[in-house]
Amino acid sequence: MALATVVPGVAGAAGEKLVGTLQTSRSGPIAGVGITVETADGDEVDSVETDENGRFSVDLPGPGQYTISLDADALPDTVKLGSGGDTRTVTVDPGRSQPVNFGLSDGSANSGGGTIRAVQLFVDGLRFGLLIAVCAIGLSLIFGTTGLVNFAHGELVSIGAIIAWYINVRAGVPLIPATIIAMVVGAAVGALNERGIWRPLRRRGTGLVAALVVSIGLSLLLRYLIQIVYGGFSNPYGDYQSQRAVSYGAFSLTNRSLFSIIISVIVLVLVAVMLQRTRIGKAMRAVSDNRDLAASSGIDVNRVILVVWMMGGALATLGGVLLGLSDQVQWDMGFRLLLLMFAGVTLGGLGTAYGALVGSVIVGVFVQMSTLVIPDDMKYVGGLLLLIVILIIRPQGILGSRARIG
Amino acid sequence: MSDLLNAFAIAGKAFFGFQAIFFALLAIGINIHFGYTGLLNFGQIAFAMLGGFGIAISVSQWGLPFWVGVVVGVAAAVALALLLGLPTLRLRADYLAIVTIATSEGLRLVFRSVSATPVTGGTRGLAAFNGDFMDLAPWDTQHRYRILGTTWSGGELWVALIGWVLVILFSLLTWQLMRSPWGRVVKAIREDEDAVRALGKNVYAYKMQSLVLGGVIGAFGGMVYAVSTGSAIPDQYQSANTFLAYAALILGGAARVLGPVLGSMILLFLLQFADTGLRALISNGVIPEGLLSSTDVAQIRFVLVGLGLMLLLVFRPQGIFGDRREVMLDAR
Repeated sequence: MALATVVPGVAGAAGEKLVGTLQTSRSGPIAGVGITVETADGDEVDSVETDENGRFSVDLPGPGQYTISLDADALPDTVKLGSGGDTRTVTVDPGRSQPVNFGLSDGSANSGGGTIRAVQLFVDGLRFGLLIAVCAIGLSLIFGTTGLVNFAHGELVSIGAIIAWYINVRAGVPLIPATIIAMVVGAAVGALNERGIWRPLRRRGTGLVAALVVSIGLSLLLRYLIQIVYGGFSNPYGDYQSQRAVSYGAFSLTNRSLFSIIISVIVLVLVAVMLQRTRIGKAMRAVSDNRDLAASSGIDVNRVILVVWMMGGALATLGGVLLGLSDQVQWDMGFRLLLLMFAGVTLGGLGTAYGALVGSVIVGVFVQMSTLVIPDDMKYVGGLLLLIVILIIRPQGILGSRARIG
Repeated sequence: MSDLLNAFAIAGKAFFGFQAIFFALLAIGINIHFGYTGLLNFGQIAFAMLGGFGIAISVSQWGLPFWVGVVVGVAAAVALALLLGLPTLRLRADYLAIVTIATSEGLRLVFRSVSATPVTGGTRGLAAFNGDFMDLAPWDTQHRYRILGTTWSGGELWVALIGWVLVILFSLLTWQLMRSPWGRVVKAIREDEDAVRALGKNVYAYKMQSLVLGGVIGAFGGMVYAVSTGSAIPDQYQSANTFLAYAALILGGAARVLGPVLGSMILLFLLQFADTGLRALISNGVIPEGLLSSTDVAQIRFVLVGLGLMLLLVFRPQGIFGDRREVMLDAR
């Protein structure tokens, strides 16, 4: 019970399982491979075959040590077993769904395919950075127009991704219409945020620090509500999962990553055009620049802020779906992205829309490229370090003005 | 009814237990940062992690004595405070907030990473480092004692005793400091930094001293936690804990010496009571399983903390014992 308090990430799952996926980037998921699980004494527990997504799952009688082996003859010719051979011995803790990794390789890492790791990472980073930018524009515009540092923005990302998951997987709607529906819901969630919480608080004259702490409370509240409703597991979307990487010379990309980049660029260009050309876009920039002056020249500030929130909610939803496509849909995906969004937004200059764009792309590329030097599981640390370094050198950010840092 | 009494007794233990001490020490530190100096430190849990791992790594990896571990933990906390403060203390409050939470998440990711496993034990963490401390107990740490309907092991009692002594000492220190000239300068910084600078005070140095002091108190919180559970696992030090400590501080009343202590005790009591009570209601079938299962209860407490934090900030920012004029609510 003591642990339950301080390890919020641990969700209790009843029954022990062994799970895993057989796939490589070139062959895609590998179906129909026999998997046999034995206890430490050599008694067979079960034998199964991988499904069309290359996945397998074996229910176990209880915690303990198990040996799991795969039928190497059923693998495609191009796929080779890793150095560990065709058996694995794992220890399963109580209530745990233990992943098993056979470390398959298809020779793509060192073959003549021509991918150069640095270029590959740069392209991956570009995709990730553009995704962060899509999520973070709302965060930056909300800060610009209201002064609120919204710690609950990550939850907009999670909520959007999870609504799209329910529409896509549970209701069976294809992912693209599901995303559009989710974006509409996301905009409504954003509007609800503004109308239900932030506008009344501004009217009460709540200070910015108090509002910041309120947003932390909201973030905690929403995040753990999401975990209760959605559960502590990670799930993929129903579409576009089994794609092979297509080679483009120096790098290779799955089609979904390529379209992630294209969609992000289109959306970001549209946002930029809107900010530059349309009435509401100009009004947003005017309110960001000087709220009182904007109000006195006849701009309805509250309406502009409402539109900013709706736009932020819809964009966060889109970013969440793109993140769910490349990783998986998880209850705390938005919170983990939040710090990188902050890094991007601060790097570019708090409160400037274009700054959020530039900063996020830099953070994305930096995070991915840093795996050239540091281990993969520490790559987010690189982004956070970049944030601290930039604050020492240029606290107002790349595109920020000196006056903003106060 | 007996369930309710039982829940009350278990919650009563939480009122005095090691978690209340842990959050009280975190919150006393945050009180010095946020309550008195007006610094938004959202990375308090990182100081606690360094405190806990300072002992754990020194004792179980380097084979040093327990007391050296304590010194290592404090030194690590001081170093972190200096590193954090250097770039951010000249900037506005929200920058410090972003950098501190980023640092605490970043440090946790480093501690739990595979490449740090030889030092920190990775995701499994470290254990078996509190033997020296437990041996000092004047009573049998294995024996179980019954006090007012709750059961405590000797070890729990020993940790609780030393922990509360620490809480009292740091509360006394805060009380004395805030009556001193140093405290008056720090509180003036919270109210108007520029005015203090105009009086010729080095605002940056005072903020840094405050950050170091509060961080070290937080590190002692982490030590109590690690010694009490007998293990140090990076994922125990999630940033949600920082916000629990903020909730405790604001509940009790910021910028009050006893605010964080009473706030932690009340918060832990309420959380444990809600937890045990909800579990009992679910197992009795009062709350249908379909609406809320017992595995969800651990999440409910965070939902409640989030909601409570929002309501407090909006309707009673001074908490139970605070003074509204003394709570810093406007960013600078």
